[in-house]
Amino acid sequence: MRGARHPHSHPRTYVKWGACAAAVALMASGCGGGSGSGDSGAVLSASWGDPQNPLEPANTNEVQGGKVLDMIFRSLKKYDPETGKAENMLAEKIATSDSRNFTITIKSGWKFSNGEAVTAKSFVDAWNYGASLRNNQRNAYFFGYIAGYDKVHPDSGTQTASTLSGLKVVNATTFTVKLNQKFSTFPDTLGYPAFAPLPQAFFKDHAAWVKKPVGNGPYTVESYTRGSQMSLRTWDGYPGTDKARNGGVDLKVYTDNNTAYTDLMAGNLDLVDDVPAAQLKNVKSDLGGRYINTPAGIIQTLAFPFYDPRWNKPGMEKVRKGLSMAINRDQITDTIFRKTRTPATDWTSPVLGEDGGFKKGLCGSACAYNPAEARKLVKKGGGLPGGQIKITYNADTGSHKEWIDAVCNSINNALGNDKACVGRPIGTFADFRNQITGHKMPGPFRAGWQMDYPLIQNFLQPLYYTNASSNDGKWSDKDFDHLVDQANAETGTAKAVKKFQQAEEVLRDDMGAIPLWYQNGSAGYSDRLSDVRLNPFSVPVYNEIKVG
Amino acid sequence: MGRYVVRRLLQMIPVFVGATLLIFLMVNVMGDPIAGLCGERQCDPATAAQLKREFGLDKPVWQQYLTYMGNVFTGDFGTAFNGQKVTELMATAFPVTIRLTLVAIVFEIVIGVTLGVVTGLRRGRPVDTTVLMFSLVVISVPVFVTGLLLQLLLGVEWGWIKPSVSTDATVGELIVPGLVLASVSLAYVTRLTRTSIAENRRSDYVRTAVAKGLPRRRVIVRHLLRNSLIPVVTFIGTDIGALMGGAIVTERIFNIHGVGYQLYQGILRQNTQTVVGFVTVLVLVFLAANLLVDLLYAVLDPRIRYA
Repeated sequence: MRGARHPHSHPRTYVKWGACAAAVALMASGCGGGSGSGDSGAVLSASWGDPQNPLEPANTNEVQGGKVLDMIFRSLKKYDPETGKAENMLAEKIATSDSRNFTITIKSGWKFSNGEAVTAKSFVDAWNYGASLRNNQRNAYFFGYIAGYDKVHPDSGTQTASTLSGLKVVNATTFTVKLNQKFSTFPDTLGYPAFAPLPQAFFKDHAAWVKKPVGNGPYTVESYTRGSQMSLRTWDGYPGTDKARNGGVDLKVYTDNNTAYTDLMAGNLDLVDDVPAAQLKNVKSDLGGRYINTPAGIIQTLAFPFYDPRWNKPGMEKVRKGLSMAINRDQITDTIFRKTRTPATDWTSPVLGEDGGFKKGLCGSACAYNPAEARKLVKKGGGLPGGQIKITYNADTGSHKEWIDAVCNSINNALGNDKACVGRPIGTFADFRNQITGHKMPGPFRAGWQMDYPLIQNFLQPLYYTNASSNDGKWSDKDFDHLVDQANAETGTAKAVKKFQQAEEVLRDDMGAIPLWYQNGSAGYSDRLSDVRLNPFSVPVYNEIKVG
Repeated sequence: MGRYVVRRLLQMIPVFVGATLLIFLMVNVMGDPIAGLCGERQCDPATAAQLKREFGLDKPVWQQYLTYMGNVFTGDFGTAFNGQKVTELMATAFPVTIRLTLVAIVFEIVIGVTLGVVTGLRRGRPVDTTVLMFSLVVISVPVFVTGLLLQLLLGVEWGWIKPSVSTDATVGELIVPGLVLASVSLAYVTRLTRTSIAENRRSDYVRTAVAKGLPRRRVIVRHLLRNSLIPVVTFIGTDIGALMGGAIVTERIFNIHGVGYQLYQGILRQNTQTVVGFVTVLVLVFLAANLLVDLLYAVLDPRIRYA
């Protein structure tokens, strides 16, 4: 789902003239808002972006819609905001003996905010809806592991079944899931919003539901003006343990996050969860301790067009490794990103934790800046194809141009050639994606990944497995595929992680993609708020925020 | 007069078709919008194919255009990617932008024409020089600088206004954004009126009016101003369209969810339906405003008659 473009793809971009706002806002010292006594009924306002797709759980694949789903839905599992570990939420028990057939028991007593009980059927109906081709759900492939998916969602032609044969309701609180392959960590993926249960109201009057979604989370939607504001209020009848500690949240759509930041400075807004790049240098003086900058499950890489024989011939791995060593990650993350990125030393993310598969330094010397060695390796590998590399990126969102130029500078300096590397901007993200899927990349290109769920599997399989959904560079390695298959078939998490890490080493030895840096989530808040933090998906944990 | 209007309306048809066709082609040239809908991941082919079918993107461009135009004539502007009807988007966006434009036009007329008359009658005096200097500054400073500066001073430093406009976008909230939007045109209106007044002051009919012994006020308002306003009206008329379409920057700065916002969002997401729909309406506004201006000439200048 959340491809890593999203951290940059908020409808607000950092345009050049945003810098003016930065310069002026620098002088702004006053931060409005008075502090009063704690008030669990007080409502906070937070910045938002217009969700790209209708707000259905299986149709939301970006952060902005994800924020809302996170507030109004609770699924079988929930990822701990601190550790990212999947913990049972609605699930009483998820049992399996063969990593393929799962029996899921849900806790009783859960209700949707319209009073309807959450039952096994609520899940099975929702998943069937999400998987079915005719519903156009962007996240349908998440159900691709469930048996019968090829019938309800064939690659071409019309579907021959309307429900997944692998899903069976046993009784009100139990259902079984049969997968089409072994997938030991399947239960840990169930915290993903696409797996949320849906009330019958969703199916009966779909148009009305989309206008005002009803879920089973700690908040309910009070009003929703599409494209501008959503008011969420605490649901008093919420049966979970993570009840909201405030009265509600007003999400306001901002076209430009510089305006949101200005509003925060003026006391007109309480929480900005994406501090504009232009403001990073004054955020400390503006907000003091009310600025957070914590790791998120996002990694930025440079991918290569392996469908182009020039990049796929033997010896090119030396060139790729050389390029990786020519990039001064420390300097770029310090000066351009002001430490909102951390130089990457593996292909996963620190939010996974050591137990989850993050291994600091797995990349080793290949990710360390070493211009002399870089020059040697590129030469040994036969030099750059065509004497020059062009790094392709989309110029419409994010501050991609700045860092791509910096990466190229670093490479040019290391290789002692002013023309070794240039940026190749593409006007829009859609066109960028088009050229990628059309295999039209002339050289390395920007690739980013925001995890769907905090598992090492999610950082490797969709991106580097042969013909996987996000393997844009078409990198392919039999050993890697084999190790991933083995890892998925393992029954214990620790053993699976070990196999995945072995696969990652295969990826390293061929330098299938250059890891650049791990991305952080950032937020700033007014002095009315306390207990603000971001979860590993860089979404604020709204229900924990205290107002006043 | 009636025949003239009919002729003008008929002339609008080729302009309208040409303009929409151009926009349609331009948005299409940007490539396949579906590719941008699935984030950093390739849309699964079946869903992509179905979305394309639903949005009619699997057909050749000329056919898409014909279908689209056919629908437009029945009032159906299509559906945006987020599932909202484009007409629904228009219903929320246009009232906001029209309010903003009206505020801006009122500023242009009231301040611009007043300053123009005052300076035109007192050419070379200190007040004239001051206003000229000031208008030069306003013209040369880009709108986003004026906007951001006012936003910071009035919104953050002095706390007189809220830096951003709420969902309701009431007229009161739109005063500062309206002033920002109007600023450059306002300066032009001032200069146009000034030149025109200064020129006409020496004309025969003004001298006659003065010689007849008419009160000074009547000479200025009825005779001098009425004749001097023709270039100003032309300017303001064409400016209506420019203000509505050009509000993108101002709307962004003050977070106003109007036409500019929808267009920006539409372009970013390559949403053909939204972009073409909004621009089509803007083209219509342009054409209507132009016609209105031409008709106003006859009212202002008795010598002009349409047949």
